[in-house]
Amino acid sequence: MATLQKQADLLPPVVSTGIVGWLRKNLFDTPLNAALTLLALYLLYLTVPPFLEWALLKADWSGTRSADCSRAGACWVFIEVRLNQFMYGFYPVAQQWRVNLTVALLVVLVLPLFIKRFALKRWLAALILLVYPVIAFHLLVGGSFGLVHVETSKWGGLFLTLVIAVVGMVAALPLGILLALGRRAENMPVLKALCVAFIELWRGVPLITVLFMSSVMLPFFLPEGLNFDKLLRALIGVALFEAAYMAEVVRGGLQGIPKGQYEAADALGLGYWKSTFLVTLPQALKLVIPGIVNTFIALFKDTSLVLIIGLFDLLGSIQAANSDTNWLGFSVEGYVFAACVYWVFCFGMSRYSQWLEAKLHTGHKR
Amino acid sequence: MKMRTMMTVVSTVALAIAAGTAHAGATFDAVKKKGFVQCGVNSGLPGFSAPDDKGVWKGIDVDVCRAVAAAVFGDASKVKFTPLTAKERFTALQSGEIDILSRNTTWTVTRDGGLGISFTGVTYYDGQGFLIKKKLKVKSALKLSGATVCVQSGTTTELNLADYFGLHKMKFKPVVYDTADETVKSFEAGRCDVLTSDQSQLYALRIKLAQPDSAVVLPEIISKEPLGPSVRQGDAEWFNIVRWSLFAMLDAEELGVNSKNADEMKTSKNPEVKRLLGVDVIKHGLGVNDDWAYQIVKQVGNYAEVFDRNVGAGSPLKIARGLNALWNKGGIQYAPPIR
Amino acid sequence: MTQMTDPTGAPPRPPFWNDPKIRAIVFQVVVTLGVIAVGVYLVRNLMHNLEVRGISTGFGFLENRAGFAINQSLIAYDQTSSYGRTFFVGLLNTLLVSGLGIVLATILGFIIGIARLSRNWLISKLAAAYIEIFRNIPLLLQILFWYFAVFLNLPPPSEALSLGDAVFLTQRGLYLPQPMAQSGFGWTVFAFLAAAVASYFLVRWSRRRQDRTGQLFPAFMVSLALLILVPLGAFMVTGRPLAWTVPALEGFNFTGGLSVIPELGALLAALSIYTAAFIAETVRAGILAVSHGQTEAASALGLRRSWTLRLVILPQAMRVTIPPLTSQYLNLTKNSSLATAIGYPDLVSLFAGTTLNQTGQAVEVMAMTMAVYLAISLVISFFMNWYNARMALVER
Repeated sequence: MATLQKQADLLPPVVSTGIVGWLRKNLFDTPLNAALTLLALYLLYLTVPPFLEWALLKADWSGTRSADCSRAGACWVFIEVRLNQFMYGFYPVAQQWRVNLTVALLVVLVLPLFIKRFALKRWLAALILLVYPVIAFHLLVGGSFGLVHVETSKWGGLFLTLVIAVVGMVAALPLGILLALGRRAENMPVLKALCVAFIELWRGVPLITVLFMSSVMLPFFLPEGLNFDKLLRALIGVALFEAAYMAEVVRGGLQGIPKGQYEAADALGLGYWKSTFLVTLPQALKLVIPGIVNTFIALFKDTSLVLIIGLFDLLGSIQAANSDTNWLGFSVEGYVFAACVYWVFCFGMSRYSQWLEAKLHTGHKR
Repeated sequence: MKMRTMMTVVSTVALAIAAGTAHAGATFDAVKKKGFVQCGVNSGLPGFSAPDDKGVWKGIDVDVCRAVAAAVFGDASKVKFTPLTAKERFTALQSGEIDILSRNTTWTVTRDGGLGISFTGVTYYDGQGFLIKKKLKVKSALKLSGATVCVQSGTTTELNLADYFGLHKMKFKPVVYDTADETVKSFEAGRCDVLTSDQSQLYALRIKLAQPDSAVVLPEIISKEPLGPSVRQGDAEWFNIVRWSLFAMLDAEELGVNSKNADEMKTSKNPEVKRLLGVDVIKHGLGVNDDWAYQIVKQVGNYAEVFDRNVGAGSPLKIARGLNALWNKGGIQYAPPIR
Repeated sequence: MTQMTDPTGAPPRPPFWNDPKIRAIVFQVVVTLGVIAVGVYLVRNLMHNLEVRGISTGFGFLENRAGFAINQSLIAYDQTSSYGRTFFVGLLNTLLVSGLGIVLATILGFIIGIARLSRNWLISKLAAAYIEIFRNIPLLLQILFWYFAVFLNLPPPSEALSLGDAVFLTQRGLYLPQPMAQSGFGWTVFAFLAAAVASYFLVRWSRRRQDRTGQLFPAFMVSLALLILVPLGAFMVTGRPLAWTVPALEGFNFTGGLSVIPELGALLAALSIYTAAFIAETVRAGILAVSHGQTEAASALGLRRSWTLRLVILPQAMRVTIPPLTSQYLNLTKNSSLATAIGYPDLVSLFAGTTLNQTGQAVEVMAMTMAVYLAISLVISFFMNWYNARMALVER
């Protein structure tokens, strides 16, 4: 009886393995695809090498004056000279450690939240939400504890962008949750109608009209003499605007909770607030964390609109530097720099949101 | 029971809030209470108001506000500046966002009448002109038919432009921007052939060009543009303070008092000088200290000094006094006497 | 526990302050009163402030002469027109840029979204790069970039890029020949309308026939041919009654022909490129939501890949895609208000900018402006809800 001898497997044909195989499979499998690949390569050839040449190879990196730039490529000297202004605005140089400290403090406080085994998360979160803002306020504004008072009109650059984005977000989230709960309150039709009206009103108008209202028209609606900081008013406008968007995100999450959860909470005899805050809302928020991060990204990009009402955020200070007589003709460098900074932040956050989405995708998997 | 109590509380609170509106004419009181003057200025016009590289505001419009602060508080630094675009300025003043609007703004009847604001005087007599690239070889504004014109939105300039071209049956295409910076940037890039604005501004904007010599200002002046500070209506006291802060600077120039000799002049024999500097106390009724004019001259300077360092010979703009010379020196700047 | 309450007896009524119904009513009354109180407070302050400061009120200003010129207007306008007319000029300009932007962004977004799912590795990665680059940079920055760094760097009129001496591209805009209808052009229009009606019935007939017999009729191609050939025939027969005015450099600028101002171009480019990145993601999510079984079933039926996409995947993907697509359209419309940064005369820039400042009636002007955006939002969502409902009916 002949034994069945196992033969070595034949190697796959050379055209389907290795680089050649990969190319055939992914780039040239049909004539159409081959044509598209060539077209794409041509497009890349047209755009990428000239850009790299401009941005890196022929760029000028060192110097202090516009005359130091050869103008054959990008003039990054412009960015270097103005960097301090792009980061801090007109915040006095001697006081800038306060900004750095505030940011560093936030980073140090927030980082442990990402450590899985860290036990005191709840206390830390409370600290960040309740104590940190007070510290940050006193550090940045000053006028107490021996710190020099720095007017908000001197704030600017990336620092201002971050202030608006973070404050807007922190204020918008709780407000958005309340609005979403109000919109879902079926047994209170009047309250529901009010919430719907509020949300739709804010979502229906462009942010720049909101900013215009808050920056120059708000005092019309207040008694004479009662007036507060321009930045604060812009912040309120941004927060209310984002709260409406946040409300819709949270509402989506609340709708995604199976009805059984609500009924189970009722069956346990939990009251409205207990069932909401202990049972349904945590689940809903977990569902919509990616949506919340996306809203935050949108908010971060929207902060650039404050330049229209005369606040010098990152884009605003670049726009202002572009019209400096000594540095005319470098607006492209300014825009590219701003684009890179915004991009790094937004892309980072969107990647984080995707990672979270994957991580939190438990329990509701079909 | 509980519910009724709650209802009562709520309705009382609601009524109380609704009833608690403020009384009229409180600008001066509010300014004194908060301890500084909030002043609306141009977001960037060299010579009139622009932040320097340290963020300190400089310019003739800025100095007017500092003069008011000197009069009210005896301290010219007690002023905060709000940079405004042409579009925002009146709303900001009307709404109470700022206390004074000192932003190269033209005094017109509709603004005095319909906007609910009052102009307190004229800091600079101006007129509208045209800035054009030299290489186009145009020598007169009457040859501009068919041109593209850059202009700032929401200004009298925009209206005069349409009037002038309409009157002379010429065609034009306007390109309208929010800020002077954008206007000059796009003129530089070639989006338009001509930039129109008040003549003083044209000189100021021209130094923002990469090659200022590549553009010329045409000889025609097509309008009267008296520029001055304005305040909200309804507070006559505040109106007077702003008006007389400017007059004090003009009177000081006329009497030869300036920031350097103000202290020596206190011993002057001239009764007019004595009244100006508060040596002879008069019943001025402005509600400010008796040395208000002295503080203005000492800390900010007289009109000649302010003009010179911001737009005149001591500045890159080098604009001649012209109409803005005193009435007794060939101009039309004339201030009522302090007595 | 020795005693148990009788399970059949009605539970004792809770004291009224614990009754959820009464609580709900009280709570709502409180909130309503609060909102009314705040509203009354704000409005009273407003009225008081307007009165004390002698600011004129009311909408009478809309009748007054505006006296300024406008860069681009779709309706007749000159400086003798009224402020009311500037409102419509601005509104139409907003609608123009939003409408064009929606069309361009949709086309681009669908192409990129489908390319993202392409089996071609390079195309897919390029689409991914496009999406990640453009949606993570603020729109305002993109608008400024397109305007100041691209459009204003085009050649001046004297060195215009031209195509056959009829189309010119300069930093002052794009100039195109403008068709001028002569007498007799009405016949061509009539022929086009007739062809349109005919193709409508043709498509209906071919659908019915397909339902009945399963036979395909190339209705699309035939109606396309009808729509092109019939008017063309009429046009030729009536002696080509169409004259073209060609733009020509005259003095400072090109005159004659149609012109597209660079502000519109920059705004449109930025809006559609930015929004297309979001639409692409929406489309991708929609396509991925269609279960893979559908593709396999289509392959099993022997449908070509392009047919599978067109007849099986896309119609099902549309149902998932439409709601997020609506909000992208709304966003685009609202974002068009950033026009004010580059001087395109849209509603916010022109009416809530120039007109507001010339009249000083901020409250009325802002109220009108915001009302317009709210109305546009409502109309678009209403239309999309209707469309959504229609699409959803297909499902059993």
